[in-house]
Amino acid sequence: MTLNTLPILSILIWTPIIGGIWALIAGDRQEQTVKYFSFAVSVLTFIFSVILYYQFDPTYAGMQFVEETSWISAFNIKYHLGVDGIALPLILLTSFTTILVILAAWEVIEKHISYYMCAFLILTGLMNGVFMALDAILFYVFWEAMLIPMFLIIGIWGGPNRVYATIKFFLYTFLGSVFMLVAFLYLYSVAGSFNIQALHDVPLTLTAQKLIFVAFFLAFAVKIPMWPVHTWLPDAHVEAPTGGSVILAAIMLKMGGYGFLRFSLPITPDASLFFDDVMIALSLIAIVYIGFVALVQEDMKKLIAYSSISHMGFVTLGFFIPFSIVTATGSTSGAIMGMEGAMMQMISHGFISAAMFLCVGVMYDRMHSRMIKDYGGVVNSMPYFAAFMMLFAMANAGLPGTSGFVGEFLVILSSFKASFWIAFTAAITLILGAAYTLWMYKRVVFGEVTKEAVAELKDINGREALILFLLAVVVLTFGIWPAPIFEIMHVSIEQLIEHVLQPKIL
Amino acid sequence: MNADLIVALPEITLLSLACLVLIVEAFSKDPLHLLTYWTAQASLIVVLALTVFYFPENAQIAFHGSFISDAMSTVLKAFMCGISFVVFLYSHEYLKEHKCLRGEYFVLGLFAVLGMMIMASAYSLLSVYLGLELLSLSLYAMVAMKRDSSSASEAAMKYFVLGALASGMLLYGISMIYGLTGSLQLLTIADTINVDAANRMYLVYGMIFMIIGIAFKLGAAPFHMWVPDVYQGAPTSVTLFISTAPKLAAFAMAMRVLVDGLLPLISDWQSILTILAVLSMAVGNIIAIAQTNIKRMLAYSTIAHVGYLFLGLIAGTASGFSGSMFYIISYALMSMGAFGMVILLGRHGFEADMLDDFKGLSDRSPWFAFVMLCLMFSMAGVPPFLGFWSKWFVLKELVASGFVELAGIAVVFSIIGVYYYLRIIKLMYFDKPDSMTALKSSKQMRLVLSVNGILILLLGLAPNMLMSLCLAALSG
Repeated sequence: MTLNTLPILSILIWTPIIGGIWALIAGDRQEQTVKYFSFAVSVLTFIFSVILYYQFDPTYAGMQFVEETSWISAFNIKYHLGVDGIALPLILLTSFTTILVILAAWEVIEKHISYYMCAFLILTGLMNGVFMALDAILFYVFWEAMLIPMFLIIGIWGGPNRVYATIKFFLYTFLGSVFMLVAFLYLYSVAGSFNIQALHDVPLTLTAQKLIFVAFFLAFAVKIPMWPVHTWLPDAHVEAPTGGSVILAAIMLKMGGYGFLRFSLPITPDASLFFDDVMIALSLIAIVYIGFVALVQEDMKKLIAYSSISHMGFVTLGFFIPFSIVTATGSTSGAIMGMEGAMMQMISHGFISAAMFLCVGVMYDRMHSRMIKDYGGVVNSMPYFAAFMMLFAMANAGLPGTSGFVGEFLVILSSFKASFWIAFTAAITLILGAAYTLWMYKRVVFGEVTKEAVAELKDINGREALILFLLAVVVLTFGIWPAPIFEIMHVSIEQLIEHVLQPKIL
Repeated sequence: MNADLIVALPEITLLSLACLVLIVEAFSKDPLHLLTYWTAQASLIVVLALTVFYFPENAQIAFHGSFISDAMSTVLKAFMCGISFVVFLYSHEYLKEHKCLRGEYFVLGLFAVLGMMIMASAYSLLSVYLGLELLSLSLYAMVAMKRDSSSASEAAMKYFVLGALASGMLLYGISMIYGLTGSLQLLTIADTINVDAANRMYLVYGMIFMIIGIAFKLGAAPFHMWVPDVYQGAPTSVTLFISTAPKLAAFAMAMRVLVDGLLPLISDWQSILTILAVLSMAVGNIIAIAQTNIKRMLAYSTIAHVGYLFLGLIAGTASGFSGSMFYIISYALMSMGAFGMVILLGRHGFEADMLDDFKGLSDRSPWFAFVMLCLMFSMAGVPPFLGFWSKWFVLKELVASGFVELAGIAVVFSIIGVYYYLRIIKLMYFDKPDSMTALKSSKQMRLVLSVNGILILLLGLAPNMLMSLCLAALSG
């Protein structure tokens, strides 16, 4: 079998899952073996995703590497996988983040290390599956199954209030998803198929589209999350162990965004147009209001969690701004820019939020506190760490030259075409983002060392330095040279916008 | 040989074997009743083999239209025997450990299985009733088996009185239908039923009384009052039995009466079942949250599951009925595992029937904590477990028949339901155990329970076979 005929997508799903099961069987007694093995599995998965990237044809808009086998023949449900330019960057992000998460757990997780590795590896496989599934039911199975390892991760290794947080997380996301399931079942009764691409083409009445849009909205808005259904996120993020927060912020939130692109927009384009103003309004509320909420947080993790919600506001804004642009100007020229900016924002936020949570994790491992007031003057004892965190804080604030700038800038630029006021409101984040991130950074890192514990802090070790270094490289690379990402997704986004702007009312 | 006898061969064999087991028991002096136990188990296997071997190509009707052997009855009977086999295995373990092992348990169990099989194959209202009574009387006695336990006696009394009341309702309904159609044969009823305006009201009256009987046996709200008390009071092995195979029989009864007999009244029973379904999902899922006893919690969860079971019937199509059949079979498999876990955790003189007994199970036995995790997520309807597909199947058929709102209501209640299943997982994985006592149980019990748990996962990953089986069973 040559490289070209390998079922590479299945490999990307099943390598980590089988590796995870093996780690579980090996058990806690062989702690070192489990760690190295899990690390090897995650690196292997990443290598496969890189191979996928090199074999991907960025000039072709349709699905590539398609695998299609019958799964439940009684209802024509298929094990149907494929990637396009929208899914590929997210898959790369997923497998890259997994390596970091496994490295980050190395000395930190003392309880049930084999469970921990198993949960994260299985989670990786399932998340890859979400981005690859081309059958709605297969998608749903991956989407829901993912909740199980995450539920256990927060519940077993989380902070003091973990049980409340994890049950809230599970119920909240489950609540959203079940309505999506009903929407899938309804679409099946109309289209006679669960094939996502077939669902894209099925004409629907406006009423049906609106109801389906609302059902999808419940699933994806909870996941991404949008104001006002975001309240699970600060709890889950704060209580989750560092690795859990990283995966939540870097990848799980992106699934909401991916869902909008894969389901809401193409299946219900007319309803998306109808709800366009509402979606933009909700996005702007998230950007501005949640930005203010982040400003007053005293817990670092909570602050980053709120900043994530605010950043995700840009993603939804970018996804729904094309309708307003076309309505306002009659041309699609700014539309692609907005949507690509939103995609870029998702990828970049994946790296930056992961980095921020890992930074907090580094401090938490030493001080066992997430409270800003317990720190101050960290730079005196941890100069290297302070430098890294400086970079990530700047990226989080959207400094030009970092990847955080690119997405936000493009979304703001394209909103100008729709309306000055939308762009103006969105741009407030440039001030707010800088305010809450840098103010936190100042209080934690600079100033006099007043606490004895802070003075005794040890600077980052080699492992931590490696993790932060990898992230720093990525954040700077995509800040200076984001072209590779745009290149991958450009054709797919173009085709998506073209599809979305065609009315398909029955 | 008479052709009629061939059609009923599994039942006749089971009756003879049950009598044989009774004789074996009468002469047995073994305190472990091993011979009784193994002959009972062998009888089930023989009957299972006969059932599968005589799989009817087409529906075969015998005894002047009071007995039918078709694909649905055969599939259900096969599952009844298989499930009862596992139930007996768990029961033997439980009864031995709790020092109340009596050979009559297995004899009564076999007669109960016979009653279920007759219900599955009943094609006249009289044979429906006969099967039902044979099943119920055996179950009443089994619940009361622990004579010196006041809670068991109370449960048996409640079960008996309310069961007799429900039987009375059912008989009243049967007599009304008989008076209006002049027949007890379901086939004749379906053919001669006269749905004109004057007649319809009386027919619906009769039907309502019969539905009450069915709802009682399944434990649907508002006829669910006996379920929590009986589940909690009865010895766990009996609870396990009541919550598994007899549910298949009750489903068969609903199918026979409502679909084979009263299909012309579908619009009427659809609306009645809708009320029962919504009430059951609401009562079951909401009240289960307040429970501290796991047997009682699972009782309320049964009530909720019956609500979902009705959804497939409400869909009113052949594939909808298949959905319900798939639902009840998966439910029986999950319930078998869940009560099996309760038995596994118990030991001599100690019933592990409180939720707190599951505390920290992942530290005491990681493997069985995982089995319970599979069972609970499956019951909650989370993929990739079997329970997801059963909910998926009935919801899909419901939506296909145009009941989108009802599907919406059903998923809302399923979210509420998730909470109490998650709580068990929380107890097992997030809490510290009160004691590190090792689990005491035989190898075979562990093995079967492990297979049970894995089956829930495997059938969730590859549900196609069971789905196709259920679709084929009802396509005729």
